[in-house]
Amino acid sequence: MTAQSPILEVKNLETQFHTQDGTVHAVNGVSFDLNSGEFLGVVGESGSGKSVTMMSLLRLIPMPPGKIVAGQAMFEGRDLLTLELEDLRTVRGGRIGFIFQDPLTSLNPVLTIGFQIMESLHIHTKLSEEKREARAIELLQLVGIPGAKKRLESYPHELSGGMRQRVMIAMSLACSPRVIIADEPTTALDVTIQAQIIEIIRDLREKLGTAVIWITHDLGVIAGLADRVLVMYGGLIVEEAPVGELYANPQHPYTEGLLGSIPRLDQKGMQLINIKGQPPSLYQKPDSCPFAPRCPYVFDRCREENPPLLEVKMGHSTACWWDMDNQRPRYGS
Amino acid sequence: MAAKTAPTAPGANSDVLVSVKDMKKHFPIMQGVFRRQVGAVKAVDGVSFDIHRGETLGLVGESGSGKSTTGRVILQLIKATEGSVTFEGNELTTIDPEKLRKLRPRMQMVFQDPHASLNPRMTVGSIISEPLREHNQAKGDDREQRVFELLSLVGLAPKHANRYPHEFSGGQRQRIGIARAIALNPDFIVCDEPIAALDVSIQAQVVNLLENLQGVLNLTYLFISHDLSMVRHIADRVAVMYLGRIMELTTVDRLYNHPQHPYTQALLSAVPVPDPQIEAVRKRVILEGDIPSPANPPPGCPFNTRCPMAQKRCVEEVPEWRQLRTGHWVACHFAEDTPDVAAVETVDGAEDPPSHLPSAP
Repeated sequence: MTAQSPILEVKNLETQFHTQDGTVHAVNGVSFDLNSGEFLGVVGESGSGKSVTMMSLLRLIPMPPGKIVAGQAMFEGRDLLTLELEDLRTVRGGRIGFIFQDPLTSLNPVLTIGFQIMESLHIHTKLSEEKREARAIELLQLVGIPGAKKRLESYPHELSGGMRQRVMIAMSLACSPRVIIADEPTTALDVTIQAQIIEIIRDLREKLGTAVIWITHDLGVIAGLADRVLVMYGGLIVEEAPVGELYANPQHPYTEGLLGSIPRLDQKGMQLINIKGQPPSLYQKPDSCPFAPRCPYVFDRCREENPPLLEVKMGHSTACWWDMDNQRPRYGS
Repeated sequence: MAAKTAPTAPGANSDVLVSVKDMKKHFPIMQGVFRRQVGAVKAVDGVSFDIHRGETLGLVGESGSGKSTTGRVILQLIKATEGSVTFEGNELTTIDPEKLRKLRPRMQMVFQDPHASLNPRMTVGSIISEPLREHNQAKGDDREQRVFELLSLVGLAPKHANRYPHEFSGGQRQRIGIARAIALNPDFIVCDEPIAALDVSIQAQVVNLLENLQGVLNLTYLFISHDLSMVRHIADRVAVMYLGRIMELTTVDRLYNHPQHPYTQALLSAVPVPDPQIEAVRKRVILEGDIPSPANPPPGCPFNTRCPMAQKRCVEEVPEWRQLRTGHWVACHFAEDTPDVAAVETVDGAEDPPSHLPSAP
């Protein structure tokens, strides 16, 4: 994590969904950078906006009802949010790969695995048919699928969940992307299969040096993988820190609560800390801290003003008015 | 956690509430015009264990291992193919339906999906009072009082009785499901993945509630889960299932610190720990391949296709379910030879949350 220039710069992204019941403010001004070769973990519960943020970057959200209201996402000198659709297509699946949560619904059931991998090579590269097939076999071997050549003829239903997710990873890698966005890629899998997939990703990162954005709700999964972690809540980034620092020294009450509310395999006798209450309704744009109703440290200012995400230590930012280390309000109030 | 009894060894003079012996559940596979049986899915293929009064027995395993089927067969929601299930000495598999009905109030279930297990057309009050009506307990005002009492026991308010399930979040719905399960003052509750559908911060709320209720109502739980960290937190003893069989059964401390079955060892090492420093140095056992189909299990030990220490004997001979030491059961020919290592070093957690944390109200 030396000083690198970011390959992806997201500024003030806002995404809304206009529904019959009102406007859902899913992402409310998210800014972050991704450095080349970096592994960025994005943690949050359902409804925190983590998936919508990443889908918005490639404009993969259904529009309408979804709408990207504001923001900028600079990638290789171009703004993904204003790019012509024609040009955006060269980015999707080409320069940026996407791995979805559920491989069964994201693979086409009536096309063979081989066809689906070669399809993106066909679109994004000028390789001949033989070369495409050779590349597809190489990719399947890379993700540890035995009998790769024969597997090209298989249909998705003939593979197990873990195998299907490997195929998804192979597809996302097909055109040697600079960034892979993985949206809860192991959530639908059993732990022993999850361990296999994590091992593959770890291995691939060393070999290929691709930057990865890994979206998850499981703080355990990214602890051993990520370089840096973003914690999202209510459509906002509430904390951002290098992985070791985040787990050892959380600076946002939500992160602290989250770490306290999960039991650990290596600990016993811990009382689980309740985060009281429910996640926020997103029908209103937060004008105060979205975590305030559930926060154990809440004081007046939290209900009046939404704290900005500011750096409190080297590389460690938090959006909170409370100074957890010194147990007093931050920024003098 | 006050309710937790000291984990006792099976066979010791502890009070056995539920006893399962050589229980099997095979689902027939029918095919052809005449619906002939061509095979069977061996969802549960011979399991034996006891559940002691007041304890929480964790039942862990991957999907398809038969843990939910085991829970359902114990409650006689589906009939066992073979074997016996006793509840306080009453044999349930052959019991007269009338007698079973009399026993029903004493054994209840909390389901995984709080969206599917609550009738959307019934108010919360009628959902919770349904078991009371069905078993003619508490009438009129008493029944209403009981519903209010149950609601407050699970952390909801009396005013919620007139609302419908869709008005509640996942965690609150699971509370409603729990209120329904405890309505008839049961002794025994099967919790079938009660937190799997909930968000992380809500899981802790529901688990804390289950623990509190256990103390207040003196409940015995069979806690079915795939979340090994949560089972370590809540259970007294743990059984590990794989492909319809129990691989290992012992106290929480022994299982997590000295797992003897190669599958338990691999399973524990696959669970990520939310601590980057530990993750950086942990050794992992990565299992090859997938869990085989229960319609066509491998001969011998069900784990032999993925086991890192599998030998010829494992393919030829089904390992005996044996007691390695008092209270530590294992089904492996070579359990004595497995390396005696914990998947992760255990550190004693603080008894209380860190002191600077305000306690939850």
